[in-house]
Formats: sequence, C-alpha cells, structure tokens
Amino acid sequence: MEPVLLRARGVPNSRHIDTYLAAGGYEGLKKALTMDPEAVTKEVLDSELRGRGGAGFPTGRKWTFVPKEHPGPKYLICNADESEPGTFKDREIIEYDPHLLIEGIAIASYAIRANTAYIYIRGEFVRWARILETAIAEARQRDILGASVMGSNYRLDVWVHRGAGAYICGEETSLIESLEGKRGFPRLKPPFPAVVGVFGKPTVVNNVETLACVPSILTRGAAWFASIGRPRNTGPKLYCVSGHVRRPGVYELPMGVTFREIIEEHCGGIRDGHTLKAFFPGGSSAPVMTPDQIDVKADFDACAEAGSMLGSGGVIVLDDSVDMVEAAANLAHFYAHESCGQCTPCREGSDWAMDILDRILEGHGRPEDPATLLRICQYASQGMTICPLGDAFALPISSIVKKFPYEFERHIAAATPRPPKKLPVLPWAGPRPGFDGQ
Amino acid sequence: MRTVAIHAVPEEQLTHVTFDATMEERISELLTHYPTRRAALLPVLWLCQERYGWIAPGVIEAVAARLGESPAFVQGVVTFYTMFYTSPPARYVLQVCKTLSCAVCGGRELLEHLKARLGIDLGERTQDGTFQLIGVQCLGACGSAPVIQINDDYYENLTIEQLDALVDELSQGKEA
Ligand SMILES: Cc1cc2nc3c(=O)[nH]c(=O)nc-3n(C[C@H](O)[C@H](O)[C@H](O)COP(=O)(O)O)c2cc1C
Ligand code: SF4
Ligand code: FES
Repeated sequence: MEPVLLRARGVPNSRHIDTYLAAGGYEGLKKALTMDPEAVTKEVLDSELRGRGGAGFPTGRKWTFVPKEHPGPKYLICNADESEPGTFKDREIIEYDPHLLIEGIAIASYAIRANTAYIYIRGEFVRWARILETAIAEARQRDILGASVMGSNYRLDVWVHRGAGAYICGEETSLIESLEGKRGFPRLKPPFPAVVGVFGKPTVVNNVETLACVPSILTRGAAWFASIGRPRNTGPKLYCVSGHVRRPGVYELPMGVTFREIIEEHCGGIRDGHTLKAFFPGGSSAPVMTPDQIDVKADFDACAEAGSMLGSGGVIVLDDSVDMVEAAANLAHFYAHESCGQCTPCREGSDWAMDILDRILEGHGRPEDPATLLRICQYASQGMTICPLGDAFALPISSIVKKFPYEFERHIAAATPRPPKKLPVLPWAGPRPGFDGQ
Repeated sequence: MRTVAIHAVPEEQLTHVTFDATMEERISELLTHYPTRRAALLPVLWLCQERYGWIAPGVIEAVAARLGESPAFVQGVVTFYTMFYTSPPARYVLQVCKTLSCAVCGGRELLEHLKARLGIDLGERTQDGTFQLIGVQCLGACGSAPVIQINDDYYENLTIEQLDALVDELSQGKEA
C-alpha cells in the first residue's frame, strides 16, 4: 500500500507548507468548502472511518451527534495527548506532516460548523507543539486558516494547548476539563461532549490520526477509503510497534494485516535468540495476547473477537526474557500513578494491585494473590467507574493473571512469608510488632 | 541538539511577582485563544515556568490575581499535573521513562547506571545542582526505547555510552 498518513516521511523539508501544497495539500479542504457540511460528514460516514484514539467509534457518526441548530459556538478538539503506553504515531504525523493534520482539523471543524479548534498536545511534546504552531502560522499567513478559510466566508482559528503531564488527560472528558483550566478529572457521561463539551458547548474530540485520514477521504472519496481493509474496519492504519522486535517503529499498513505480518515481516521478527511470549495489540490498556493468537487480524472487530482490542494500535511485543509478573507490576505502577483518584475501585484498586504484585516480586507472594488480583480487577471494570481508566488498568492485569498463571505460581511456590514490617505509623503510635501491614 | 539549562529563580526573589511588559503582552495574547480567563491557566503557568524556572508560591499568587482565580484553585491545578515544578529544579532534569517498552529495552539499565554514576536516587539531585533524576511514565516514544527527556528535549535509542557522553558534556557546563 502506498503511504497515505506517512506520505511525507523522508521527504525533504516535508513540514513546510509549500512542500505540502506542491503535493496536492489542502485540496481536500478546498473541495469540502464547496460542499454542505452535512455532505462532508456523509462522506466520512460512508468511508467507515473509525476513531484511532482508542475506542474505534465511527467518526462520521460522532460528528452527526453535534446538534445542528445549536445557536452558540461549537468546538473541535484534536486529541494529541498520545499518552497510552506503546503509542507513538501521532508524533510521527506531526513531525513529518503537520499540515495534513491541520487540513483534517479544518475539514472536521467545517463539517460540525466549529469556528475554533484546539489541539491538546501532551506537555512533554515541546518540540512537536512548536512544529504545530509554526505550521498554523504558515496556514494563517496563506489565508488557509483565519477569518476567511481559503477565500470562503468560513472562519476558523486553531490553537495549540499544551497539557502538563497526566495520562488521564487523554480521556476526552478529562481533556476537556484540563482545557478549561482545571484539574483533569473525567466527567460522568452522559451528557456526551458532542452535546455538552468544552465551555459547555457541543464539542467533537478526535484523535490526530483520525483527523489525518480525513483529507484523503475528501480527495479520493469514501469508496477508496472503504476499499482498504474490510467492512467496518477500513482505511490505512498506523501500527506502533515497540519492545523486543528487531525493527520497532511506526508502520502504515492497510487495516487488517495480521499481527504475524506486522511482527515477522515488517518488524523483522523477535530479536536474536528469543521467541515471542506475549503482545499487547493496542497499547498497554488492551488485554494481552499470546503467540497462538499471532494470526489474528489487527483490526477493531478481529481484536474484539479475540478478547482484546485494537485500541490505539500500539503493539507492545514481549519475548521470553520477560517475567510476566514483572510486566504486570510495571503496568500497575503506571495506572496507580495515573489514576485521577475520583473513584474508589480505580484509585484503591490500582494501588492495591501494585502492592500485591510488588510483594510477589519481592518473594513474598501468597497462594490467594492471583484470585485477589482478579477480584480487584473485576471491581474496577464493568462500568463501576466514572471513566474507562478503571478498565484500562483492570483488563491488562487480569489478562496477565489469567493467561500466565504458572508464572505467578512459580513466584508463589518459592515465596517466604513477608517478615513483619514496621508501618510508617503515626509518630505517637509507637512500634506495632508483628503487624503485617499491607 | 542544544538542551537549554534551567535557571531557577530563587524563592526569595519570587515572593512578590509582578509580570513585566513582555509577560503581560504574552498573557493578553493567550487570553484571546479562549472564551474564559480560566482556560488560559495552563498556558500561563507554562509561561511562568519558562520564565522563572518553576512555580513558586509567589508565582501562584500572581497568576491567580491575573486570571481572577483564588490561589488555592491555582495551586490545586498546579499540583495535579506532574510537569510543573513546585520546588526549584536542577539545571538539567533527567527524566527517565520507566514504563514497559522502555523498561524491557534497556531503560532499567540506563536508570541504574545514572543512579550509580551520579550517586543519587530517583527524586534526588546532585549537590552542585546540575542534575536531578526523576522517573517518568511513558513519554510516547516507545519505538525508540530507551527514552530520556532532559528538560524539554527527547533523547531516544540511548546507549549507556551515549548517555555518559551526554552527561559529561552537560556537567562541563556546555549546553549539549
Ligand atoms: C485513560 C484514557 C486515555 C486516553 N488517551 C488517549 C490519547 O492519548 N489520545 C487519544 O487520541 N485518545 C485517548 N483516549 C480516547 C479518548 O477518550 C477519545 O475517545 C478519543 O480521543 C476520541 O478520538 P477518536 O474518535 O478519533 O478515536 C483515551 C481514553 C482513556 C479512557
Ligand atoms: S476511573 Fe480512575 S481515572 Fe477514571 S475518573 Fe475514576 S479514578 Fe479517575
Ligand atoms: S514506554 Fe518509554 S516512551 Fe513509551
């Protein structure tokens, strides 16, 4: 497949607006501006584009949820938080082709009749925030953005907004709170952002890669886009492969290649002397998959059928050198650190799971630990929390416990009881000998 | 790449902060991006951190006054996010990614090496105030693990030798 999203990678001076224009850039926007916003949405609907941010929600459908007759302002937010471990694709688009993203943002904004768009980018991406600001300034200067977008009577301002280090701000309602200048506490849904979003106004939140698909849907047509992959799982996809493969990186492939093709052909297989042990198909929040599942198609429906999810397309590959209990503990630390703390099952559960996993690794596992972990995970998922971070923590950890029970058993069989530990008790309580605090 | 050192303004000089004309101009410009003043809070805090090196209590008060918020509200926001420094950082903040892809691809070894070489643990700084070592979560660059961010810059696919050379350069006061 010829690259669509990574067309500019390796092209000299690819970030400059002249390079982009010379390659036919902004033609999609030009075409969109001659159409009704509804017709633009219809085209995206027909392409069957599904969101690349994690949930795979049909993009055109999301746009139709914005109330048309709403009198006040509406907003488009581009989610460039790229915070899911194992995901590093949006950065690639911004690095090589920022105007592709800006064109997608402009088309999406026009389709939902928004006059302001924000790009919420993770705080660590200082370099990429600057790249975007430069590109936006170029586009303004050429009247591609601003009071009159490409000579039409449509006005659009695009602003870059930097986060400041919080995984949870990738979740759309947390992102909205953060953009409003608050702590990033997710909101209960409904109402959904498309109806009550940022500043209380209808808002569409779309991922960078999702929006970068839009220009070519306009120029080449929905049918072309839908011809890549299979029904409901269409278009080009960026797969981010990290971990123990020979050639990690971002690969643009037609949706629905198998994990075998990704790992063995494109990434050159597992590093020398080792074999595949496990892989996360869609970022660290997806249930782990095992080598017998390597022929599963890397698309939304196939991953769901296989009991996992395509998520953000971040494929984390682990070889036989990895202790899966350590992997689980590593992720538990991540989620315990990133839980915003609003919901008890997520806040306490992630901490508790982390403590148990650390204790097992310290050689003090107990026979009941795996069951306890599964119970903690069960309570943190199943819609018991405000946002899906509860599931994001529970699913990978419970899947590791279920799929690699023998690794837990091995640690636990060799375990010794934990020596009584002195708790950091309140200063006036004195030592409490024999108390096994956890 | 040139990693710019952080020059943290000492707390004594930040007890009563007044924004100068340049800062005022930039804040006013930022306010035009949003329909509410509150929404400019993160960008204004970034501006302050760039300018003063960290977010001192006096800075919180000045920001709160400028945006019409209470200092408590601003402090609540500052402490929610990990990237705002609430104490003066060292000149170079070494932020080592600890998350899975980096951990299994050499990140753990880099971290151990840095600890040994600098003689400090996570969260600590060297006595001369040149380096500070912190463990961070996934930096969104896992394909080029192991990854370290130093101040604003990413360093990817780092070997121990490259890291050593980098630390040498930075500690000699050169801005690498
Ligand atoms: C904990 C959590 C973290 C998320 N992080 C991101 C992220 O970094 N980038 C992103 O685009 N979407 C992220 N999402 C998904 C967003 O909530 C949202 O669904 C997405 O941005 C919508 O865009 P799309 O429809 O184009 O996929 C996250 C969701 C959750 C629950
Ligand atoms: S599930 Fe976790 S991250 Fe999400 S709102 Fe609840 S506590 Fe916060
Ligand atoms: S795991 Fe280190 S950058 Fe993602």
